[in-house]
Amino acid sequence: MRRSGARHLLSMADLDRADIEQILNLTESFAEVGERSIPKVPALRGKTIAWLFYEDSTRTRLSFETAAKRLSADTMNFSVSSSSVNKGESLRDTVETIAAMGIDGVVVRHRAAGAPRQVAQWTDAAVINAGDGWHQHPTQGLLDLYTATRHLGDLDGKHVAIVGDSKHSRVARSNAIGFATLGARVTLVGPPTLFPPSLEGWPVEVTHDLDAVVDDLDICYLLRMQLERQKQAVVPTLREYHHEYGLTSARADRLGADALIMHPGPMNRGVEIAGEVADRPNAVITEQVANGVSVRMAVLFLLLGAGLEPVDGAVAGGGLAVA
Amino acid sequence: MSSIAITNGTLVDGSGTRRADLVIQNGVIAEVGEKLDGDTVIDADGLVVTPGFVDIQVDFREPGGEEAETIQTGSRGAALGGFTAVVVMPNTTPTIDSAAVVRQIHDLSLDALCEVLPSAAITVGREGETLSPMAELVRSGVRMFTDDGDGVQDARVMRTALEYARGLSHLADGFEIVLAQHCEVDSLSADGAMHEGDWSSRLGMPGQPAEAEELMISRDIALARLTGGRVHFQHVTTARGVDLIRAAKAEGLKVTAEATPHHFCLDHSAVASFDTAFKVNPPLRTADDVEAIKAGLLDGTLDAIATDHAPHTRQDKERPFLDAPPGMLGVETAFAIANTELGAGISKLVELLSINPARIAGIDDRHGGPIKTGSPANLALIDLDQEWTITGAAMASRSTNTPFEGRAVRGKVRHTIWNGDLVVTDGEATR
Repeated sequence: MRRSGARHLLSMADLDRADIEQILNLTESFAEVGERSIPKVPALRGKTIAWLFYEDSTRTRLSFETAAKRLSADTMNFSVSSSSVNKGESLRDTVETIAAMGIDGVVVRHRAAGAPRQVAQWTDAAVINAGDGWHQHPTQGLLDLYTATRHLGDLDGKHVAIVGDSKHSRVARSNAIGFATLGARVTLVGPPTLFPPSLEGWPVEVTHDLDAVVDDLDICYLLRMQLERQKQAVVPTLREYHHEYGLTSARADRLGADALIMHPGPMNRGVEIAGEVADRPNAVITEQVANGVSVRMAVLFLLLGAGLEPVDGAVAGGGLAVA
Repeated sequence: MSSIAITNGTLVDGSGTRRADLVIQNGVIAEVGEKLDGDTVIDADGLVVTPGFVDIQVDFREPGGEEAETIQTGSRGAALGGFTAVVVMPNTTPTIDSAAVVRQIHDLSLDALCEVLPSAAITVGREGETLSPMAELVRSGVRMFTDDGDGVQDARVMRTALEYARGLSHLADGFEIVLAQHCEVDSLSADGAMHEGDWSSRLGMPGQPAEAEELMISRDIALARLTGGRVHFQHVTTARGVDLIRAAKAEGLKVTAEATPHHFCLDHSAVASFDTAFKVNPPLRTADDVEAIKAGLLDGTLDAIATDHAPHTRQDKERPFLDAPPGMLGVETAFAIANTELGAGISKLVELLSINPARIAGIDDRHGGPIKTGSPANLALIDLDQEWTITGAAMASRSTNTPFEGRAVRGKVRHTIWNGDLVVTDGEATR
C-alpha cells in the first residue's frame, strides 16, 4: 500500500497495523462520499481497472464495480466463468493479453490459492486480490475491520470468535490475521474437521465448544457453511452443525448487548445462523456490505491514485501519508 | 577403432579410490595401469573417474509429450549429468504396457546419449486394475514395473502382481523382477497440491499428508513379506517412511528405496512463493523430513538417488499452483546437488548414484562399475570443486522447470563416456 510502498494488495499478512489504520481512515472519508446526492469523485479519472474473475462472484464484483464508478475509473471486464476458460491458455498468457490493452489495476478472483500473486509477476499493473481459493480475501477482511471499529472503537483486547469452516475459508485466513493485527483476541470455533490441519503460527486460540466462549464475545463472526461439506462427510448433518456450531437464538441471547454478529454472506439461515438472529439490531451484516464499497474505494485509491487528492480536495482522515 | 586414454585421474568405484590411468577401446576398458597412452588422451588431473551414473526414475515424455522433452534431449541432459543409463517411466502416451511400446522406446533411443531402459506399467494403462502382460514385457527386456505416479491402490492387485513377478526370473537371467511403487494412499492425498502441514494451512492449499505415504509403504512392506516379492520404494519423502524401510530391511525383506535431490534439499516452505517450479509429487516435505532423508541415504536405508526428472512446458507450469502439473527437472543437477548438500564423500555418492541403482535396475553387468579391465566403458569424469550456478535456460532439456534456478553448487561433470564413446567433453554434449 502507499504507506509501506507496496504496489499490490494480495494478503492481510502483507499489512501491518499502520497500513490497516491508514486504509480504515481513508475509508471513513470515502464513506462520506457515498452519502452525497451524487456519490462520485474524480479521484481515479483516466485510470483503467480490469476485472479478472475466474470464479463466479456477485457480491464482491458489484462492490468493486460500485467503488470504481464512484472514483470515476474506467473498467474492463474479463470475467471468465470456469466453463468458458480455455483450459489450454496459461494464466500468464491471459494476464499478458489483458495487460497489453493498457490497465492500471487488475482485480483478481480465482479458485486457486496464490493466483493473484502469480498475476502480479506478469503485469506492471496494481493487483488486488478479490479472493483466491481458501487463501486470502483481504478486502473482505478490511471491510470487516472497518465495520467492527465503527461500532467498537479500538479493537485492542476485544474477543472475536470466527465460527465454522476455517479450513476452506479465505475469509477466516484474512480475518484471523486482520483482527489479531489490530490487537484483538481471536478464537477459532468449529469441529476439528473444519479446522486447517495445522494452526502453527496462527495468532489464534481454538475451541470446539461455542458455548464455552459465547458469553465473552465482542464479535461473533460466522463463516458460511458450504453445503457440499456434508456430502464430503466432514460434518454428519447440517442439523447437527446448526445445533453445535450455529448461532442459535439461545446463544445469541447470551451475547453481550454491544456484541456484534457478523457474516461475510451469503448466509445460510438456519445453518450457521438462526434466521431470526440475522435480523437482530446487533447483526451488522448488511452494514458490512455497505462498508465494502467504501473500503474498496480506499484500496483502489491508495494503489492507483498516486499524487491525487482523495476526496474533492478534502484531506482524508489524519495519518494518510500521500507520497 | 581408436582408443581413448584417461590419464592422471583418481578412480573411484566400489572397490575404493586409487590413482591410475586407463585405456578404452571397442567400448570396454582395455587396460588399467600407469603411464598409458591412446589415440585420444584426456588429462584427468584433478578429476575423479567414476562409473557412469544410473537414474532409475526419469520421465523423458516420449512418446506423447514431445513438446516438454524427447528421449534425445532427455538423454543429452542425463549424459551432461554424468548418467550412462536411465530407466524411463511408463507414463507415456501410449503407456508402456506392451512389448510393442517397449520396441518403440528402443527405436526412439537409437540416437540417445545414454542407455535408455523402459520400465513397464504394472497394470494396463496404469489404471490399477488388470495386470499388464508382464512375461511378454520381461521377454522384451523390461526388469522394473511401476504404475509411476499412480501407485497401485488396490492391495489385491499389488499382491497378485508381486506374486506373478516372482515367477518371471527365468525370463530375466535369474534377475528378480522388481515392482517400484509411488507410495501414496490416494484417498488421503487426492486433490492435494503440497505437503499437508503448517504451510498448506497458511496458504489455504489442499494438502497431501505424510501419512498417505507412510500407509502405502507399510502396506507394501506387508505385501513384500506376504509374497516374497521385490518392492522398490520410489522417491521416499517422509521421516517415518525411512524408519519403516529401515525396519523392513532389518527383517530381511527384499525392499529397496530411493530419494530425489529435491526431497533432500528443499522443504515445503518454498511453496510460499506459489512458484509452480516447487510443485512436485510426492510433495516437498518438512525440514525434519529433509534431514531424515539425508540420514537415510547416508546410513544405507535409502539405496539410491533418483531424480524423477519430470519436464513440463512453460505454458503448463504457468498456471495457478493448484492446476499446474507436478514435476521438476533433475538429471543435469543431481550430482551437483548431492555433492553440495548431502555431506557424503565421493565414494558414497558413487554408491548412491551408480552402484546401487544399477543393481536395483538389473544392469550391474554393464553399469555401476567396477572400473577394471574388460568392463564396459561407462564412466563419468568429474571436477568435485568446480562451482557453477544452475539455470534452467542453459539446460539440454526442452523444459526449464528446475527448482534450483539461481542456486550456486559445487561439482561438475566434465566428461561422460558411454559404451566407450565420449558423449560429453568438457561439459558439452558431443551430439
